[in-house]
Amino acid sequence: MIKRVAIVGIGTTGFRPITPDVSYRELIFEAARKAYTDAGIEPSEIGGFITAAEDFLEGYSICDEYCPDQIGAVLKPTQTIPGDFIQALATGYMMIMTGAFKTVAIEAHSKASNVKNIDELMGFAFDPVYNRPLRETPHAIAGLEMTRYMFETCTSAEQCARVVVKNKGNAMRNPYAAFGADIAEKDVLNSDPISLPLHRLDIAPHADGAVVAVLADGETALALSETPIWIEGLGWCTDTPTLEMRDWGEAAYARLAAEMAYKMAGIANPAGMIDFAEINDEYSFKELQHMEALKLCRPGEAGHLLESGATSYAGDIPINVSGGALGVGHLFEASGAHKILELVEQLRGEAGARQIPDVNIGLAQVWRGVPTATGAVAILSNM
Amino acid sequence: MELEKYKLGGTHLKSSDFEKGKVLTTAWQPNLAYTWDNGVAIGRYLDELKNGRIIARVCHECHRIMLPPRMFCELCFRPTDEWMYVQDTGVVSTFSVARVNWDASRRGPKEPPLLPAVIEIDGATKGMGILHMLGEVDPDDIKAGMKVRAVWKKSEDRTGAITDILYFKPLRAAASKKAPARRKR
Amino acid sequence: MGMRKVAIVGAGITKFVRRAQETGKELSWQASKMALDSCGLTLDDVDMVTLGTAPDAFDGVHMKGEYLADGAGGCRKPYMRHYVGGGTGVFSPIHGWFHVASGMADICLVVAEEKMSSCHPHPQGAFLTIFDHTTEQPLKPTLIWIFALEMNRYMQAYGLSKADIARVSVKNKGNALDHPSAQVAEKITVEDVLASETLCWPVNRLDISPASDGAAAVVLASERVARRLTDKPVWIDGVGFSIDTAYWGTRDLSYPRYVETAARMAYDMAGIKEPAKEIHIAEPYDPFDYKELHHMEGLMLCPRGEAARLTAEGYTARDGNLPICPSGGALGVGNPIAATGLMKVIEIFLQLRGEAGKRQVPGKPTCGLAQAWGDLMQMGTVIVLRS
Repeated sequence: MIKRVAIVGIGTTGFRPITPDVSYRELIFEAARKAYTDAGIEPSEIGGFITAAEDFLEGYSICDEYCPDQIGAVLKPTQTIPGDFIQALATGYMMIMTGAFKTVAIEAHSKASNVKNIDELMGFAFDPVYNRPLRETPHAIAGLEMTRYMFETCTSAEQCARVVVKNKGNAMRNPYAAFGADIAEKDVLNSDPISLPLHRLDIAPHADGAVVAVLADGETALALSETPIWIEGLGWCTDTPTLEMRDWGEAAYARLAAEMAYKMAGIANPAGMIDFAEINDEYSFKELQHMEALKLCRPGEAGHLLESGATSYAGDIPINVSGGALGVGHLFEASGAHKILELVEQLRGEAGARQIPDVNIGLAQVWRGVPTATGAVAILSNM
Repeated sequence: MELEKYKLGGTHLKSSDFEKGKVLTTAWQPNLAYTWDNGVAIGRYLDELKNGRIIARVCHECHRIMLPPRMFCELCFRPTDEWMYVQDTGVVSTFSVARVNWDASRRGPKEPPLLPAVIEIDGATKGMGILHMLGEVDPDDIKAGMKVRAVWKKSEDRTGAITDILYFKPLRAAASKKAPARRKR
Repeated sequence: MGMRKVAIVGAGITKFVRRAQETGKELSWQASKMALDSCGLTLDDVDMVTLGTAPDAFDGVHMKGEYLADGAGGCRKPYMRHYVGGGTGVFSPIHGWFHVASGMADICLVVAEEKMSSCHPHPQGAFLTIFDHTTEQPLKPTLIWIFALEMNRYMQAYGLSKADIARVSVKNKGNALDHPSAQVAEKITVEDVLASETLCWPVNRLDISPASDGAAAVVLASERVARRLTDKPVWIDGVGFSIDTAYWGTRDLSYPRYVETAARMAYDMAGIKEPAKEIHIAEPYDPFDYKELHHMEGLMLCPRGEAARLTAEGYTARDGNLPICPSGGALGVGNPIAATGLMKVIEIFLQLRGEAGKRQVPGKPTCGLAQAWGDLMQMGTVIVLRS
């Protein structure tokens, strides 16, 4: 029997702009308790634990210290991946594939509302010698990319604005989402200019929330769950951190991560095989740029596909039916967690008002945001 | 492979290299600010400190009375069940006599040493200690197992913070019987 | 069950220095290049890369794993950072082991970097924010407090004196005289340790390892590839890691039960029943001298409370029955946190291959162990290697 790994349980708090009523520990406990109950397992029975977190987002120097209690990991094999949830998912997958672990729980959360000057924090990720002294807004990097992407692919600002309209509209059907709205393209184009061509509404606002998922090997998964959601492909990749050496038009990190995931999943024709996708739209144009990098369409086609309605909720290949980061909120290291949550609910047929009929294979893709060129891809199926 | 056969990287710089301007540096003071949500458990804990009381949470599964309070039991992995006031007295589990500040700068010759300790609070389950400071005690007289009591700020000065307790002081004067001679701390 | 075997086939390290001219990226590159050269590989041969590095506050860069990616050889590759505080260095090859043992990679480059000197005026400042922001930080704690509190508790529990513990510092700083990376190797006496500046009683200046800059790297390979690359692969036979509660005030500080849990996991995997007999050589983490003793007990290499006596008897010296920290450890070689852990793994790798030069222990050891510890005295990481 070929060894497989499945997601057998998932839990979330949902996502809100602020969560002043609970501490990060209380927030995470809620998601963890739901996930373990969903999986029908107690944390004492789980083999290993992973938290995806970054020190400065938590405001701790060694945030790994504070990860065990609220996920039930006291005296358990536990680690932090300072990266996106999907990178942690890849680590969990590898842990199970070694044969040393039967189950692994993975947690990611955002308490971004507790960081009072998040732009300063994002700027603190820039190269301290070459880039930081220029004191640009971190969004300027996205503005530069957007300009180059629009130039190379003849994508228009209106098409980018339309991504925002679609995703905020989708979020209206998602009870977890914090930023659903019924807006028009002109609202986006008339919003404050941040770093042109980027406007304020092109940028995903941040949100708080937590997600915990439980992975299991094939045998355990079938024993625990009637609807295991299988991990078919995983890919992760980092392009150069040196801004000056980047390819500004194409998202190479997403293309390479997708190639790795497709190879693992045995997918030769992604546009035909993938039923729906949750992809990074932290900036509006990123959804279009990433669709092309993921080979869901050819370069320059994403804007037209969007306009044709193919990527809308009822289209051929719905993109970000959850509302994406623009509609749900930008969750930092939990970005991938929200996307995996959406995939699991859709593939289980538990997505309620936003359920896409007859879906079998979904794709989740993340990017770690400016100034990084790091991304990851996961492909899940219910078959 | 033997390390001795390789030319290892890593070039040591001396302070004088910086002072003479031989090495240039780029300085950056991060301007990060956080307002952490206290949540239910720590929120109530701080409220009660403002009232001059210490409050714990109880888990009915493992019967632990937990300090600092928490809304879930990390061992039973279920919500905790009730609030319980504990004493403001306790026992020193371990202590130190610190002559450095948090940033590694040294305490001045006139500054008294800092006396951090782990104090197991009376009324909480045995072993439930919190980090705090000792005061009104000669460093040489501190012993593990010593009974101490919280010295609170005046009620009008309390802000709902762990520093509403100034420090813990010995419950009674140190025993007159000298401990075995030991190097001065 | 048949797990894929994973070997260490190459290693690289920089000197450990108080303030390096090189950036963190450059230190990572130097160690990575040396590791690849040592086994005749180039970066093109590497399938995946994993990086271990401790707090971002040292380097002063948010998401420093991203910043260090090019130096660590991670560009345009599946590259990830892992993090378990001070335990990171020994966890690094464990994370690499996940990559290779799972079948995802045949060759994985594992890099560990720390550049503590970037943090001004002193890296200690970065440690204020390791404490709970609401219930502890207002007391302005320093990292040394918790070690002092733990050391005091350990001394009380077993009736140990400061001199009993200082012998570890004397041994390790002496051992480090033979390590080409060493930062603070010297011949000292127990009296020197006791007479050094008291920082936080019972911790004196010479009880502590220094702040350092440095990097280390190893290359891991699957069995098929390893046998092609080298005649002397060193196998990763057991891995273990464990974290205790963050409510550290509720733990018994006299015994590191998280190290024991991690060690049991690694011993089970390696089929070790009697660690004190089956482990020939060990590199437990020694950022403070008492920690080496604490960890020997947690690793079950000796009965609780006995480690100090064994040290006094020379049992743990380089030519003793159970050499402990023959490299010189963090106390002698230096302590660039994540790189220190991997330095310890590299020391065991070299000792098992008989390539440790002047540091080589007698008796041709075939089974060794490296261990690190971190976070708020709560994280244990253990790796068991066999030749």
